[in-house]
Amino acid sequence: MQFDQILQYSLSGLSTGAIYALIGVGFSIIFNATGIINFAQGEFVMLGGMFTLLFLETLKLPLWAAIPCAIVASTVAGLLFERLAIRPLRQATPINLVIITIGGSILIRGLAMLSWGKDTHAIPPFSGDDPIAIAGATILPQHLWILAITVIIVIVNRIYFYHTISGKAMRACAYNRRAAGLVGIDVHRMVLFSFIISSAMGSIAGIIVAPLTMTAYDVGIMLGLKGFCAAIIGGMSSGIATVIGGLLLGVLESLGAGLISSGYKDAIAFIILLLILFIRPQGLFGKAESERV
Amino acid sequence: MKRSIAVCVMLLVTLMSSATAFAAGTIKIGGLFAVTGSASFLGEPEKKTLEMLVKEANDKGGINGMKLEAVIYDTAGDATKAVQLATRLIKDDKVSVIIGPSTTGESMAVIPVAEKEKVPLISCAAGIKITDPVKKWVFKTPANDHVAAEKILNYMAKHNQKSIALLTVTNGFGSSGREQIKALAAQKGFKIVADEVYGPNDNDMTAQLTKIRSIKPDAIICWDTHPGPAKITKNVKQLGIKTPLYMSHGVASKNYIKLAGADAAEGVTLPAGKLAIYDVIPKSDPQYELLKGYDRAYKKAYGVEASTFGGYAYDAFLLISSALKKTGSTAPDKIRDGIEQTSRLISISGIFNMSPKDHNSLGLTDFEMVRIVKGDWQLLK
Repeated sequence: MQFDQILQYSLSGLSTGAIYALIGVGFSIIFNATGIINFAQGEFVMLGGMFTLLFLETLKLPLWAAIPCAIVASTVAGLLFERLAIRPLRQATPINLVIITIGGSILIRGLAMLSWGKDTHAIPPFSGDDPIAIAGATILPQHLWILAITVIIVIVNRIYFYHTISGKAMRACAYNRRAAGLVGIDVHRMVLFSFIISSAMGSIAGIIVAPLTMTAYDVGIMLGLKGFCAAIIGGMSSGIATVIGGLLLGVLESLGAGLISSGYKDAIAFIILLLILFIRPQGLFGKAESERV
Repeated sequence: MKRSIAVCVMLLVTLMSSATAFAAGTIKIGGLFAVTGSASFLGEPEKKTLEMLVKEANDKGGINGMKLEAVIYDTAGDATKAVQLATRLIKDDKVSVIIGPSTTGESMAVIPVAEKEKVPLISCAAGIKITDPVKKWVFKTPANDHVAAEKILNYMAKHNQKSIALLTVTNGFGSSGREQIKALAAQKGFKIVADEVYGPNDNDMTAQLTKIRSIKPDAIICWDTHPGPAKITKNVKQLGIKTPLYMSHGVASKNYIKLAGADAAEGVTLPAGKLAIYDVIPKSDPQYELLKGYDRAYKKAYGVEASTFGGYAYDAFLLISSALKKTGSTAPDKIRDGIEQTSRLISISGIFNMSPKDHNSLGLTDFEMVRIVKGDWQLLK
């Protein structure tokens, strides 16, 4: 087994893992604010890609303008989703809400299929597609974009949660929603914020990966599940643990496909998920306690 | 008062039944297509094609003065559903002939129903099992799925490429292709040096390709429909792999070149049904006018290019209309006989010469090998 092969597997895995990480963090943010798993998270990834396509091809905007517009449009979709599907049922049990998010994801996917059709669409890369060689392995400029944007988002995320009032308020809600409410934090607003942030992050993930993988109405399902795995590995933390979980998942998948068998690629992800749930339900890096940050 | 209502109802019923009597010259064609679900890339163009053709034929006054009516159900690619819907088409809708189902699994499940009820079934699936051995009431329009694979291997043999790396998708299309290529390769003396797979929704196949690159095969054969091959083509370019890349007939559409990018797709070689490449085949080709007409009409009706898969439904329709013209009867057994007697019928997938021994009759000559050069097809000799 040569070094350049291992390097290629790892680099491919890291960029796929970065996408999983962004989606996983989206899962965690909503989980921490509301205590539910938002299974519609993958659909915001799809919406990011599809809205970019809409602004790019139908409205003929340049790429640099289409991307922010797509992020805004997906975020509005996330906001509407919270207002129309989650908010009216505040007294519902978590299991009801989880089922509602599954219903919501089917609805969003269906609407996307009706408006954009079933075809796969391509989005141009941000800066060309000439491969870059790194010590025998090759990556595309788009991979660098993915890694760079992920790092930026992780840093911004960290600053938001630890150095702003509303970020701290969201963490307070995650620790104890009732106590947070008692000290004057508007819990409902924090829930809305969590949906806004995670749908924006999901759509960014969808946009930066679309030039490599293309986009279609149904890309959200698998990406959503993989992001969920990343969040579980990270113990539902909205910080660095989930990011490492996503990167780990991507690299293991890629190494597994290369070194063991490509037939087991998805199996590897879900075996990891099951192992984590059995052995360390608090996540790979979490302490064994019931509250999660 | 009650009485007069009863009379009115009686009148209405009589009127309606006489209306059906007048419409005795209508032939009902059943359609079973996987319009939704994972095989929707097959079912959707098939349904649209059939609807378009029925409308066209009716606008021209029908076939032999008979109006056509299509009853189309969506099987969602589910064999159980396909069987239920086939029974419904036969028992409730009383169709004379069924087009579909779209996939091999569904077709195999529906065959016993068609055989038992004695209604001709024209499958739009490629599995060899459907018409081999021959079943009295069952026909199919796509060429057997090993024909496309054989076409590639013959081409490779001519160019002295001996070792093959397989990269196939883990769905019905991919695994069937994988088995066919392995069986044929063993017969013809090729060596399979790598046998990699990937999921239909996988996004990055560089791991598989890196492994293949280290083995240094003479050629890579990828067996999939959209969108996997476009991603693989991009991955191949990213990794700088220079090994010849072959694709299946399932990607023979301009959309593939658009998705992969003309730059990355340069040099990719594949067997294609003539529909995808009608603008590069000689105008003297007997199929040329038909292919052009279909593509134009489909584009006009639905705004997208016609696909090889929609062509399967087109051909089934052609078989039925030629049988109707020949026998002038809508009785299922007459239609069956008419289809079996089809000879030299020029159609989308090829030229049909049915016989009691062969209910498909397409072969190697109905595919062409093409290479993508500068974003367009180039015919290979």
